[in-house]
Amino acid sequence: MGELVATNITKSFDSKKILDRLFFTVKEGEFVTILGPSGSGKSTLFHLIGGMLQPDDGTFTLNQEEITGRRGAISYTPQSPSLLPWRTVLKNVVLGSEIKGEVDFNQAKHMLEKAGLSGYEDAYPHQLSGGMRQRVAFVRALLSPQDFICLDEPFSALDEFTRLEMQQWLLKIWEEHRKSILFVTHNIEEALYLSDRILILSKKPATIVEEYTLPFARPRDQDLFLTDEFLQWKREIYQALQGNLN
Amino acid sequence: MFQLLIQNRLSFMKKIVRHYSSVIVIIAILFIWQWSSKLLSIPKWLLPAPTDILNEAVNGWNTYTHHLVSTTYLSIGGFVIGVSVGLLVAVILHLLPIVRQAVYPLLILSQNIPIIVLAPLLVIWFGFGVLPKLIIITLVCFFPIVVATLDGFRQTSPELLHYMQMAGATKGQLFRKLEFPHALPAIFSGVKIAATYSVMGAVISEWLGANKGIGVYMTLAQSSFRTDRVFVAIGFIMVLCLIFFAIILTLEKVLLKGRMHTNG
Repeated sequence: MGELVATNITKSFDSKKILDRLFFTVKEGEFVTILGPSGSGKSTLFHLIGGMLQPDDGTFTLNQEEITGRRGAISYTPQSPSLLPWRTVLKNVVLGSEIKGEVDFNQAKHMLEKAGLSGYEDAYPHQLSGGMRQRVAFVRALLSPQDFICLDEPFSALDEFTRLEMQQWLLKIWEEHRKSILFVTHNIEEALYLSDRILILSKKPATIVEEYTLPFARPRDQDLFLTDEFLQWKREIYQALQGNLN
Repeated sequence: MFQLLIQNRLSFMKKIVRHYSSVIVIIAILFIWQWSSKLLSIPKWLLPAPTDILNEAVNGWNTYTHHLVSTTYLSIGGFVIGVSVGLLVAVILHLLPIVRQAVYPLLILSQNIPIIVLAPLLVIWFGFGVLPKLIIITLVCFFPIVVATLDGFRQTSPELLHYMQMAGATKGQLFRKLEFPHALPAIFSGVKIAATYSVMGAVISEWLGANKGIGVYMTLAQSSFRTDRVFVAIGFIMVLCLIFFAIILTLEKVLLKGRMHTNG
């Protein structure tokens, strides 16, 4: 279970409106991406969902239960992997479940193995590459007891090759688990490749201006990038973004 | 072939110089000291030669061992109490910001009172026993611990804090799982300073009234112009400091194993 409904979310800072009446739904097992220009309030939206901030107006519900302003209801992975440097990989991936209660090391080991991280259980984060650290952070999110995962531009700090590799890896792991994901990015191709649906955010004050449901079948692979259909979608979304920004 | 040998030799010498440069400097100073005191025939009560000091250190062993043991115990006791009090105060001040605002300036002021002025007062209040001595050592030790620990808490990575809060961590979990382990390296730098201070504190406290300890031995030696013994005392203070320091370094290495300072 992991259905998130945002209703009429509005937030201002010092009388400057950042988010203006946002409505959206992420269904159970769905991968939804929010695409928008940098500084359009995407991070603010995550802080609101995660309960770090209170919206001025509007509510969030997760599985019909109101979670507005409540912390720990969703699992969140920030832009940087945010691993504890003094913990080994294994101890890091169980952190989410440790905070909420029970820790299952066998499950964690199994998951690390499936994520291509076997042999790194006892390594420390500083011994890993940037991509590997992101993998660890994502495994931590999957192992957390929450059914809903928020990912804030997780691949933005990686180089192009690692990024492609990571996208494919993310899809493979996610297609096995199907936890609902709300993903934020400013990369159109990434959004098209990963998501079931794309929501387009306008400039400030941000609101959702367009919504696209993508027809690409799963499982997807990188051949998708060069299909005519993909390129056509890319053009359409690019134009939609352009139209918004001007 | 021969050239290679010379080159190897040179790089070997360079390595020695790089790694043991401080030892070489100390040895050089001792040599100059030794020669100049012989050449200029400086009287022994004014500045004894290093060999004279060594001689006294070896031959007088029985006259000062009990002093040495007493000071070692006093330093360790004071150090343990000082570090515990320091950690406790730091944690309280960190968890209660209102108290920190009120008390922090007082803490700094307390360090401006010269110990040498405070010590006689403590003797008046608490007599010549162990208590005033432990109070003095605690007073010198706890401040570096409090400052270092509070800094360590404050420098908690905001990203990690953010992650933990979003994950629903309680205030207690934040402290145990993030803030405290994050502050450990800072705490250790405070502990290192406190360890060397504790020996100094012990010696100062002994000057003011005690029947044994390196401080007493030193005062006695000084008043009878046994300058060699004063140097023996100085030497042992240094050795004691170094041993404390080494123990803490080892402990730090064990506890902070595998850790590097990256927040990624």
